[in-house]
Amino acid sequence: MLLFILRRILIAIPTLILVSMFVFALQKLLPGDPILVMAGEDRDPEVIAMLRDRYRMNEPIVMQYFYWAADVLRGDLGTSLRTNEPVLSLIASKLPVTIQLAIMSMLFAILIGIPAGILSAARKGTWVDWLANLIALSGLSIPNFWLGIMLILLVSVNLGWLPASGYESLFVDPWKSLQTMIMPAFVLGTALAATLMRHTRSAMLGVLQADYVRTARAKGLRGRIVILKHAFRNAVLPVVTLTALLFGELLAGAVLTEQIFTIPGFGKLIVDAVFNRDYAVVQGVVLCTAVGFILMNLIADVLYLILNPRLRTAQ
Amino acid sequence: MTIRKLTTALLASVAMTSGAFATDLRIGLQEDPDALDTDQARTFVGRIVFESLCDKLVNITPDLEFVPELATEWEWSDDAMSLTMQLREDAVFHDGTPFNAEAVVANIGRSKTLDESRRKSELASVESVEATGTYEVTFTLASPDATLIAQLSDRAGMMLSPTAAAEKGLGLANEPVCSGPYQFVERIQQDRIVLEKFADHYDAESYNFDRLIFLPIPDTTVRLANLRSGDLDMLERLAPSDAAGVQSDSNLTFSAATSLGYQGITVNLHNGARSETPFGQDARVRRALSLAIDREVINQVVFEGAYTAGNQPFAPTSPWYDQTNPVEARDVEAAKALLAEAGLEGIRIEIQAPNNPVQLQLMQVIQAMASEAGIEISIKATEFATMLSEQTAGNYEGSQVGWSGRTDPDGNIHAFVTCEGGLNDSKFCSEEVDNLLDEARLSTETSDRKASYDAANAILSDALPIIYLYHQTWLWAMSNDVEGFTAYPDGMIRLAGVTKE
Amino acid sequence: MTAITDASANIAAKPQSRTWLKLRRNKSAMVGASVVLLFVALALLAPVLPIADPRATDWGAIRQAPSAAAWLGTDEIGRDVLSRMIWGARASLLAGVVSVLIAVAIGVPFGLIAGYFGGWTDSIISRVTEALLAMPFLIMAIALAAFLGPSLTNAMIAIGLSAVPIFVRLTRGQVLAVKTEDYVEGARAIGLGHIPIMMRYILPNVFPPILVQATLTIATAIIAEAALSFLGLGQQPPAPSWGSMLNTAKNFLSQAPWMAIWPGAGIFLVVMGFNLIGDGLRDALDPREN
Repeated sequence: MLLFILRRILIAIPTLILVSMFVFALQKLLPGDPILVMAGEDRDPEVIAMLRDRYRMNEPIVMQYFYWAADVLRGDLGTSLRTNEPVLSLIASKLPVTIQLAIMSMLFAILIGIPAGILSAARKGTWVDWLANLIALSGLSIPNFWLGIMLILLVSVNLGWLPASGYESLFVDPWKSLQTMIMPAFVLGTALAATLMRHTRSAMLGVLQADYVRTARAKGLRGRIVILKHAFRNAVLPVVTLTALLFGELLAGAVLTEQIFTIPGFGKLIVDAVFNRDYAVVQGVVLCTAVGFILMNLIADVLYLILNPRLRTAQ
Repeated sequence: MTIRKLTTALLASVAMTSGAFATDLRIGLQEDPDALDTDQARTFVGRIVFESLCDKLVNITPDLEFVPELATEWEWSDDAMSLTMQLREDAVFHDGTPFNAEAVVANIGRSKTLDESRRKSELASVESVEATGTYEVTFTLASPDATLIAQLSDRAGMMLSPTAAAEKGLGLANEPVCSGPYQFVERIQQDRIVLEKFADHYDAESYNFDRLIFLPIPDTTVRLANLRSGDLDMLERLAPSDAAGVQSDSNLTFSAATSLGYQGITVNLHNGARSETPFGQDARVRRALSLAIDREVINQVVFEGAYTAGNQPFAPTSPWYDQTNPVEARDVEAAKALLAEAGLEGIRIEIQAPNNPVQLQLMQVIQAMASEAGIEISIKATEFATMLSEQTAGNYEGSQVGWSGRTDPDGNIHAFVTCEGGLNDSKFCSEEVDNLLDEARLSTETSDRKASYDAANAILSDALPIIYLYHQTWLWAMSNDVEGFTAYPDGMIRLAGVTKE
Repeated sequence: MTAITDASANIAAKPQSRTWLKLRRNKSAMVGASVVLLFVALALLAPVLPIADPRATDWGAIRQAPSAAAWLGTDEIGRDVLSRMIWGARASLLAGVVSVLIAVAIGVPFGLIAGYFGGWTDSIISRVTEALLAMPFLIMAIALAAFLGPSLTNAMIAIGLSAVPIFVRLTRGQVLAVKTEDYVEGARAIGLGHIPIMMRYILPNVFPPILVQATLTIATAIIAEAALSFLGLGQQPPAPSWGSMLNTAKNFLSQAPWMAIWPGAGIFLVVMGFNLIGDGLRDALDPREN
């Protein structure tokens, strides 16, 4: 087990390096000069020259990448070109927000998706199956930015039940925190619910038709017990690993949802940084996201091994 | 820092559970401010926060008259080469440092010498500043500069605590220390900026809120939704399409002031190869486009009549506007005639515009109007960052761009149309205009200056390096509980005397 | 005698026909297909339909509610929403299909090569793919679109390129599963070259899940185009696209909600349609299901 984990971590390193190079290259290729954006409306030529020098913009691109990489290895992710705040501190303040959003979205997805999947599989072919599938698919098909705007209009403006935007930390005011997060979590969760539902359904179907279940049924056990005890326990494996993977994707920040609900998380941070050409922020955040994604994949793989003892010997 | 945040958080929750009497004012902003250091700052929205956080030497009235703030009186020398200011004696910085002439000298020094300072060009005319008394400073100028007082009524005149500046250097941007009625508590990028009342401010009784919470909410619909649901007390830059709704809403109050800036189409006259088009080379083509546009209809269709049509860098309501040159009505026939004169039957031009819905709507309306005169416009929606560099590099034919406006008229024209102007992306160059505008800078007589500006604008209206379209109106919306708000044409929120029930 | 021939006639000879029959029987998939076909038809017929000019402005008729004159209402500068919906369908559908074509055209070959040859080739391609997957899809699309410049074509390229890793990974996985099958071993035994083996034996067998994924990715791509247009990076005005219509509509939600409802509904229906088809395809191609 330990060797497995170590090997995966070793493989992850070149991947991370590649990610950092891609992002760096992509940003440098973006048209538009961040120095001009930073210099402000007055565009003082002295300031522009100073900024170009300070941020090493006059050096060849490859050198700029190495400077950045060297800084990262020393733990310095640079500072935001826009506000001078250190990128690490930015990430530290935004990460809990996105994690909270991710957890709440996953809860919605699980609460909607898994029961729907189980129900669909158990009542395969009936109208229940069809309806559950339709509802889950709806969540996937509605553009989430549209859903978000409609929800704000209905729930916040017309009904006044929930705040339209903003964020409150869980530690400062838990009730308010939940209120601000419910709508965006719902919007994100419904999209994931469909994926979760379908995987649950197909995992359950696969198991329900398996021999040991048929044997249990043949022995005369009641249907519901069969489902709950045997099928679910075995279907939970792929579903758990999928959950870990989806979590990793959520961690990347639900870009548009955060924009609309003005949640100060990763997604909003990246988009704003791309539009402001805030190189250091984009680099730092994408790197962290990549680390998170790789971590989640690793956890999924490890969970898979733990939950399925049969595979362990194969390692 | 984290301990401070935790303490603040704890205190906040304690205050909340104990049913605090704290009156907060929650203000919705269009964007997230940038660095909160008055020397490094470079955005319009940052100035809104500074207005309550940092006192400045001089402030303005809604009619753009200068009034004392940290400076109680000032006087120019006879040759206009030096300015002496008397300072308040009862002002103190948030960290306890007393405010005096030494502080002013330190501040101006920092603004002029700090590498990161964006204020250098604003204070370019100041050669040196001296403390000629404990509460008296004298500015010595390199050349007469009528705009100096105006500069000192903005960020260049905002005073930071010299002790804090020396201690924190550039880090001051994350924890600003000024001497205004509110002091800095915390800032979470793209989430909020929190200020709390500074009890030792000399005018503390005029400020009625315990805390100010600035919340950047870029989406105008969501910002208004927050106001309607009570999560905001006021917001700035209400969308013009929402103005009618707010005005008819009995729970909301509406306030407006015409901005000092403008929006127009800058034309590439001499900036590189792309200026070699009939549009860039022949003023008649530009005048044809200007005539083909119905500015009043644009105002109605795109801005619900909330903005003001314009044809000069100054708004028609501004005292600097040349009344003898009013906004022309649309005249398609005259436009066609001008084109014919220039030897063209029709023409294609490409105009780049910021890719946000309002500006694009504006351009589409202009596109439709211009096509009736034979001018086919193709709109190139461009991201802001790209637009800036395309403009400076001369990679454009026409560019729909605006200016947020400065108190002194010089700030709205000089840098744009003088040969060496730092913001002259059209590369328009006329010795006569240069002379007129430089002259206007030197004199302190309003009538002389106006004459110079009138003469310059006459030339500009002919040559049209910039086709002025309209002047934005700053629109504020607030809940009915908020009383005593006054609208200022610089778009700032001044909270003295403002109350909330 | 006849009973036996009848029974054998029911089991269709070719697996493709079996799949097609199964698909035909799947009601949801058929509903989805009808919806998609309807929109495709509208999009293709747009130039000849008796609808208003999607770019014709009318200052006097701004933001009119749906009426006899304009069935779906008018937008912020007086243009007919129905007409813009139909013309916008062209942009959305085109974006969906072209992006996926790009993703498949680039992703599948790389996946084939990685899975078939293994070794260093596989390692390199896999690392690169993982790296691309580790970057948030929408961020990639935004950055690419910003790099290429805001336009529908560039949005399609951006979305297509961002979806390439999905197809690389999928194809590679499928190839790995099929590589050890008997018929592949047999082909190699008789001395066939690599390319004929890949094209004739492997590709047709890995194709079904790719088709399913492609259909589902069309749905994602349509939403991505709408998202990019929503951010100002897709279809440029005055050309209509559902995403850019939503972008403008969000400023007028209380005054003219119909401006937002129709494009949102359009995206929802088309995306739902493709998802239903994709699901149906997956069920039809799944050997377990009977």
